[in-house]
Amino acid sequence: MEARLYALQRLSAVVMAPLVVVHLITIMIAVRNGLTAEEILSRTQGLSIWAVFYVVFVLAVAIHAPLGLRKIMVEWFGLPRRGADWIALAVCVLFLGLGLRSVMAVTGASIGAAIGGGA
Amino acid sequence: MGDQSPLKQNSETVASDQAALKVRVWRGADDGHFDEFTVPARENQTILDVVTEIQHQHDASLSYRFACRVGVCGSCAMTVNGRARWTCRTHVRSLKTNEITIEPLSNMPKIKDLAADMSGFIDKWGQAGNDFSSDLSRHDAPAKIDPTSKKRKRANDAIECINCGVCHASCDVVRWNDDYLGPAALNRAWSLVNDVRHNKTEETLAAALGPGGCSNCHSQGNCMSACPIGLSPTRSIAGLKKMSLLAMLGVKP
Amino acid sequence: MITTTHPRWSISYIAFILHRLSGLALALFLPFHFLVLGLAIEGEAALDGMLVWTEQPLVKFAEWGLVVLFALHLMLGLRVLILEWAPWSGTLRHGWIMAGCGLALICGFGFLAGVV
Repeated sequence: MEARLYALQRLSAVVMAPLVVVHLITIMIAVRNGLTAEEILSRTQGLSIWAVFYVVFVLAVAIHAPLGLRKIMVEWFGLPRRGADWIALAVCVLFLGLGLRSVMAVTGASIGAAIGGGA
Repeated sequence: MGDQSPLKQNSETVASDQAALKVRVWRGADDGHFDEFTVPARENQTILDVVTEIQHQHDASLSYRFACRVGVCGSCAMTVNGRARWTCRTHVRSLKTNEITIEPLSNMPKIKDLAADMSGFIDKWGQAGNDFSSDLSRHDAPAKIDPTSKKRKRANDAIECINCGVCHASCDVVRWNDDYLGPAALNRAWSLVNDVRHNKTEETLAAALGPGGCSNCHSQGNCMSACPIGLSPTRSIAGLKKMSLLAMLGVKP
Repeated sequence: MITTTHPRWSISYIAFILHRLSGLALALFLPFHFLVLGLAIEGEAALDGMLVWTEQPLVKFAEWGLVVLFALHLMLGLRVLILEWAPWSGTLRHGWIMAGCGLALICGFGFLAGVV
């Protein structure tokens, strides 16, 4: 199991490395005239390569980050491994939920607006 | 022990340009304290010489371990000015200070004074599946191994470890995570899985990849920079990690 | 009881600490990042309502810090991958640590140049 988690941590990192580069460049460009919803959404809206980009990004980070937090919980905060496993799993679910929701929000605004309006 | 020490005869000249050494030495078990001793600084003097001089001249009750005194046995490892080292191969001069603090190795319970309890370290060595195993006996011909083969070279890089515990004492992950087998045990596992005579490679690998295994290592490199003979447990552990990844992707070791 | 060893502040140890702390900071920031972007579900106005906060100097400063840490975490992570998977070089790949700090600085300046 431990070896599998190691592989997941590293492979998710490999997947993310190019995505992070693109994300950093995007940030540099996006902050130039101040962050506005219009600017963000005009780039991401509709079914585009950005939707795929962000879905993959969210999936990878939802694996990568909880595994890192798990080690910190065990090594620095002295949590038992089992406890850290469950918390990491909860963080993974949280990141998946919030992350995919935000991807939906910025890429499929019409669907998003319908859900938001209906709520 | 050590009664042939030249220190008693005081045959070495005390270097005139050096002040005396202020030496703080750990006394007692985990709840112990430091005792301070003043020892003459000498032209040519190792930390082990200093410890021996303290025991001979100041306090005969001081406990410490040593055997060969020349960097072969690995018994005299202690924490000197915060860093785990072989005291017999550490010249006082190399510390570039006259204030010396000597403690037993870290990441192990203290037994008395400068002697640490190494049983946990040795146990982990065993838990990493580190017993050599073979079906052959002395009646069989010795295995023929090509010295230029990849596996032999890899085993060679790791095989000189003499279990002194310096890397184990220097590793943060050992300190943080009780389950972690540590750099020495995993270095041994790496030399074993690369030993073509070993017939329990699967078992050794399984232990090295288990909950306390190689994936706990964060490649801080403390073991590597601390190893008195320049081995790279970081490399050995990285090798195991790579092996585990390849095994998962279906590539057999 | 296990006693302390004083960590020697070697370059590779500092790299580990920076890698871990930057990862921790990014992980703590991420849920808020998602929540803010998620506001777009309620429409552009809701998102804009939150984004005005990013004009606050303190928030801008935090953003800047996160960008720097993001670049640093990327490079230190690549170093670990190379250290572990590439043929052993006999070194702890200090060059990658320096390159990581370099890229983090470049991204930091790039961000500043865009904002100011």
